[in-house]
Parts: sequence; C-alpha cells; structure tokens
Amino acid sequence: MTFLKIDNLDIEYQTRKETINASKNVSFNLERGEIIGIVGESGSGKSTVANAIINLIDKPGKITNGSILLDEIELCNNEEVIRTIRGKKIGFIFQDPQTSLNPLFTIKDQLIETIQTHTDLNYNKAFEKSMKLLTEVGIENPEKRINDYPHQFSGGMRQRVVIALAISCEPDLLIADEPTTALDVSIQFKILKLLKKLTLDRKLGVLIITHDMGVIAEITDKVIVMRYGKIVEHGETYKVLSQPVSIECKSLVMSVPPTNKKIDRFKFLSPDGNQIIDTSLKLTNNIIKNWEIREKSKKKLLDFLNITKIFDENKILSSKNDEDKIKALENVSFNIFEGESFGLVGESGSGKSTIAKIISGLINPTKGEIYFENLSLLDPRNKLKIKKFKGQIQMIFQDPYSSLNPRFKIKEIISEPIKFFRKNIDNYFLDQNVNDLIDIVGISRKSLERFPHEFSGGQRQRISIARALATKPRLLICDEPTSALDVTIQAQVLNLLKDLQEQLNLTIFFISHDLPVIRQMCNRIAVLKKGRICEINQTESIFNNPKNLYTKELLRMMPKIETII
Amino acid sequence: MIRQIIKNFLDTDIGYSFSKSKVAIVSSIIFLAIMFTSLFAVVIAPYNPFDPKSISLMDAFTPPIWSIGGSVEFILGTDQQGRDMLSTIIYGSQISLIVGFASIIFAMIVGVFLGVTAGYLGGRYEIIVMRLTDVQLTIPSILMALLVDGIARGFINKSLHDDMAIYVLILAIGISEWPQFARITRAATLVEKNKEYVLAGRIIGLSDLVIMVKHILPNILRPILVISTIGLSQAIITESTLSFLGVGFPPTNPSLGTLIRFGNNFLFSGEWWITFFPAIFLVVLALSINLLGDWMRDALNPKLKVR
Repeated sequence: MTFLKIDNLDIEYQTRKETINASKNVSFNLERGEIIGIVGESGSGKSTVANAIINLIDKPGKITNGSILLDEIELCNNEEVIRTIRGKKIGFIFQDPQTSLNPLFTIKDQLIETIQTHTDLNYNKAFEKSMKLLTEVGIENPEKRINDYPHQFSGGMRQRVVIALAISCEPDLLIADEPTTALDVSIQFKILKLLKKLTLDRKLGVLIITHDMGVIAEITDKVIVMRYGKIVEHGETYKVLSQPVSIECKSLVMSVPPTNKKIDRFKFLSPDGNQIIDTSLKLTNNIIKNWEIREKSKKKLLDFLNITKIFDENKILSSKNDEDKIKALENVSFNIFEGESFGLVGESGSGKSTIAKIISGLINPTKGEIYFENLSLLDPRNKLKIKKFKGQIQMIFQDPYSSLNPRFKIKEIISEPIKFFRKNIDNYFLDQNVNDLIDIVGISRKSLERFPHEFSGGQRQRISIARALATKPRLLICDEPTSALDVTIQAQVLNLLKDLQEQLNLTIFFISHDLPVIRQMCNRIAVLKKGRICEINQTESIFNNPKNLYTKELLRMMPKIETII
Repeated sequence: MIRQIIKNFLDTDIGYSFSKSKVAIVSSIIFLAIMFTSLFAVVIAPYNPFDPKSISLMDAFTPPIWSIGGSVEFILGTDQQGRDMLSTIIYGSQISLIVGFASIIFAMIVGVFLGVTAGYLGGRYEIIVMRLTDVQLTIPSILMALLVDGIARGFINKSLHDDMAIYVLILAIGISEWPQFARITRAATLVEKNKEYVLAGRIIGLSDLVIMVKHILPNILRPILVISTIGLSQAIITESTLSFLGVGFPPTNPSLGTLIRFGNNFLFSGEWWITFFPAIFLVVLALSINLLGDWMRDALNPKLKVR
C-alpha cells in the first residue's frame, strides 16, 4: 500500500487573460520514512502541488483533474475529510518562521491549543506532551522557554518551534515549503539534520519543497524536478543529480555553483540539448573606445580603515552607555586592489550591507577612514572632489523588483546617470551611449521603450547593471546581486559580471551569504561575523585551508551538492 | 477614437476592476452627471435663479410637480422668493463643487509638499512638521474653518464680504484638510525612500529635490488620489455645514448648504421641498464620491488585486 499517492494532478489558475497550468499530469508516490524533494525555479508549480495536498490553493486556482490518496483516502476537493486530517495527519512547515507563529500567544498556548484541537488529551497531558516535543526538536531548557513568546526566540529556534507544532499531533506526512530559505547556513544545517532525524525516528513521509539544489543533495532520498507545472525528471536523488537525463534538469544541475572547485564560467544548454558557449558579451570596438579601458595596475583602489558603525536610532533618548548601543561594525579594515574582485561573506546581521552603504556614501561611519585612490571620502573639505568622484563607485542591489523606478522607461533609467554627469550631452551621443550599455548587458534595444514591470527578475538585474555601468565606474559594489534569482538566471548574471570585469577591467566588491557563489566570483574573500572581520585571504586558501574557527564551521555546514555526486 | 480609448481603459487592471464593480459604475455615472449639469448650469438649468427678472413672488412656495398645486413650470417646486428649486440646486451644486475641488487642491499642494519633504529629509524638520499636523488634527475641521472665516471677515472690508466668501471658504477648508495629505504622503514616502531605486539615485549623486520630484512623487500618487477623492466629499460637506451655520455663502449666491438653511425655516410649516431636495442632492453627491473613493482604494491596492 502506498502511503501518499498523487495521480495525474492538474491545477489551473483562471485569470482574466489566460489560464495558467500550475500543475499538469503530476504523479508521484511517497512512502513512510522517505524524504522527497520537489525542486524547480520560481513559478514551476512546486508550492502549488504541496498546497493542493492540504487543499489550500489560493483563488482562483482549482484542481481540475487527478487524485491525491493518503492511505487510500481521497483528499482531492474533499474539504470535509481534509479538515480532520490537516494538522493531525499532515503537518505543515512554512518558509518564514517570523510569520507562521502568532506573536500574541506564548509557545505553550500555541502548542497546547493545537494538541487539544486534534486529540482528546487534557491540559496537563497536553502540557507534558509539549515539553517532550520541545526537547525532541532540540530546544534547550524547555521548562523555561515554553512560557516565552515567539519574538523571544531566534530565527532558527523559532523554526524548531514550528516543527514541534507540525509534529505535535503525530502526523504521518510532513510538508515543508522552503523550510530553511529564510535561515542562515549554520541554522539551516541544524534544521535539516533535525528533519532527517525526525523522519527516521517517527517513520514520517516528508515532502520538501525548495529551490536550493544543495539542500536537495543533503537531505532527500528522491527528487522531483518541476518546470512550468510539469515533472521533467523524477528519481533517486543521487541519480538525478549525477546523471540527469532531461535537458531542463541538466541545465539546472550545470548552473549550480560547485562548492569544491572554481570554474571559469557557467555553461548553458540550448533548448535542443546542445551546449552553448554563452556569449553574453559582444563588446564592440566602439564601446571599448568609449570606455577608455584602464590598464591592469593592481594598485590599491579602496582603503577601508578601522571603520566602526554604531546605530543609534533613538537620538532624543540616546543612551550614554556605549554597551547599550548596537555596534553594526567594529574596527573593520580591508583594501581592494584595482581590477580584482573582492568578496565579503557573512550571515544575516553581520553588517555586510552596512559596509556597502558606507562605501557608496549612503551612510557615514561613526569612526574610521575610507580612502578611494588616496582621496578621503569622509573629509568634508573634499566635498567637491568627492562629488566628481561619485560616478566611480556604483552599486547593484539585491531586490530586482524594487531597484528600478516603476514609473520610468528603461531608457530613462539608464540615461539618468549619464545626463547627470554630462549635463550638456547631445541626444545623438546619449542614445548611442544608452544603446551601447543595453548591448553590453545583453538586452534587446527594443526594450528601451518599455517599463520595468514587463521584465523578469533576471532581466531587471541586467538593467540595474546597465544603469550602474552608465557612469563608467571603477568600483562596482554588488550587494547580493543574485540571491533573489533562480539558479540558471543566477549563472547567467554571474557570467555577465565576470565578462564585464575581465573586458572592462572593473573592480568588483561582491557581497553574498552564499559561499559557492563567492567562490566562483572572487579572488580574495573577507569573512565577516557580527561586525568583525574573521579572516581575509585568497579564495582558494580560505576554501581549502581555513584558519579561523568560524570560517571552518561555515564551510562545514554549507550544503554541498557534491556530497552525493 | 473615444471607443478605442474606453476599450484600452477597460483592458487595464483598473479598468477591469471598474467594469466588474457595479457600485463604481453607478456612482461614477451619478458623479459625472452632477459634474456635467453643474458645469453647464447656464444651459441646462431651466431658469437663472440669480437673475432678478426671472423671480416672481407670485410663484413662491409652489410645491413639486406631483403634489396638489404643483406646476409643470417648476418640477421641484419653488422657494419663498419664487425661485425654481431645480435651478437653484444646479447652481448651488456648481458653487459647492468649485469650493470642494479648489480647497482639496489647496490642501493637496500644502499637505503633499510637507509630507514628502518631511518623510524624505527627516530629522528635526520632520518632527516639527509632524507635530504641526498633530496639532492641526486636534482642532475639529468645522472649528478651524469657523476660525479662519472669522479672522478673514475681520480683515476684509464689509462690502467685500459676499464676494470674498468663496476664497475664505476655500482657505478655511483647505487648512483643515491638509494634515490628512501630509500624514499619508509622509508614510508613503518613508516606504519609497528605502527602496533600492531611490538608493541608486542617491549613489549617482542626484540632488534631494530631483529624487523627491522625479522619483518619489510619481510613485506615491495612488494614495494621494484616493484620499483626495474621499477628501473631496468631506470638503463639500464641510462647506455645506459652514453655509448652513451661516458663515458660508450669502443668500444671494447660495450653495447647497445655504439652500438647506433657508428651507429649514419652512420645514415645519409644510414646505418640506425647499430643504429636502438640496439635502438629498448633497447626500447623493457625497455618497457617490465616497463610494468611488472606496472602490478606488481597493482597486489601486496591489494587495487586493482582482484578477
């Protein structure tokens, strides 16, 4: 008898203009004690399938065909049955632990309420059970912590509480929708280990939905690769990842940045399966002439000296006591040399973005000095000079959906910085400049008359790059430029950045939490932890021979796709 | 051409939501009809109630057409001076709408300017501006309007009172409405200010003025549009209240509120129509604008998008 059997599931979203097939002919089986991962790019329908099992599809979506059998019980479009099963036989873990717990109730209330809704245990029994659950998911000192409110837990601990809630009624099936995406590497590692342990101890069937191939490799037994609502590949994880058959799956695996070696650039497959030598960059002579290519000097470009930044939000009631203030950065120093790509890696809250903002001049540090080619950027006497220099440092942002002004046409977005630095530029020359830039980033010139909302995330990120290049910068700050993108798109954008750096001799300051990406992109890396630099070294020596304890931990805990290939 | 424009409009998300909402269609038709009649009052109204030649006291207190004693000449009856009610209402609504629009535009200019600058520049300036709006909000809008009205009347020559009434009212209502705009635009600006396209502009080195006018302002127009619509009906009601209290428009140039005030004297002596029709007209006008504003708030809210 199959535990969970999904057969020919079709889900449609009827919108005004078209009908979207979020799932087409999806069939798979899940047994107890097995972890199946569903992986796919955004919009591939992976979450929709999971939501269909507990009948929580958002309107206007509906299941049009197929069946979902859980222990031979039909769940499809059967709200009455599902209501008794949801939470009891099926536990659900959501992506964001910040919002999946009610902030107004203590952990105790939420656990006991859930337990008593689905079982007829009395209060004391339910309390005992909650304690046991908290111990099981690895929360220390449960007698004390059970009376805490969700905000008193850290992100990882909160996700553990969510898992405790999900397994509180002894479910047989656990569905986890991107359970670790919002978490840092080290916490992700522990949560994945916990999930694996629970699966074996309790004989659960687990369905994990993720976009992260590393997570898939670390934890799942079988994997389903989805694209445009269809299953393109399905099988044992190691087999699918090491010998992918379908073109979609092959290109997905190829785009994952390897953790154990540095590759020159990512390769791509054309729709008919041939390998393409990706030529994202067709720099015409014209552009190179305009750009005034700088020779590789390898001299010091940026000097970041003993910077300390204290955030003191509450200015009126500011505390005299230095201990109370939040130190975002403490005595951070590093240099960037011309033509190199320098990486900065750290977990959330370590102060990565603060450094980017200080260099780009968006915020001022509390203490310290920054020199850009021997010009102090913080000295008020240099104000005029700094203004002239401003175009030399540019930045690419993380979120492609908010980094372009939605009311501007692409042409206006790219031409704005050009016009700002060359006030009396004539239209012909301006158009030529804009066309050059849009060619560099590989977007058709027709797009210039369109608005940002007509583009996908990857295309928007390319437009952001074009805007950043418009002032012919020497230093390009990339703050998590690919963390909002799918892997294949990420690979394309990373290739583009690499090409730009080589051909235009750009200096890149690359910030990311993603170690494999950093490894592919950077010559040198600084590791940041809670506002302090732990280690700065050449990329290869950091990855092969980490000196610092924290760096070692990070490397050990990052999910590695190579573990099973 | 027009058909094409309408077709294009209905094809957008907002147009689609409009075509799906009966409330929005009905209220916009009513509102546009009122706008149209009051705009072309000279052509549409059967009489010119302000022309002394057309007034005859013989026709005073004629009831509406369907009651006993009603006359075909005066569909909604006449008032105590023999003026046609329908015509006075049309001319009255013209005045009410002019005051409503003008005062809301005044409030919008002041409020949006202060809101955007406070939100974007921050610091001490923001604190001062926002405390100012807080103070302004503690004064009831009617009281504020009465205050401005009283002060203005003290300064203006008596013979000019009636002519200046419209400007005094616009100023008075505008001053009592601007804090709404300031608050909403400041909140919207705070959201936009931290978006990455604004940061990108700052890194390029664009001046604060350029960022506020070119980047932030176009992106916060939606909430401004919504509160201006709701504010419009509020302004019309405030104007009517002031006129009803006798500090608004003079009897020679009556707005809807003035008409209601006069009719009020005759309400208990049987001549109900003199106050009833202007009052109903005011209710319908304010309601249609409010419903339109409600629909707009939902339609322009990306979180409540209808597919």
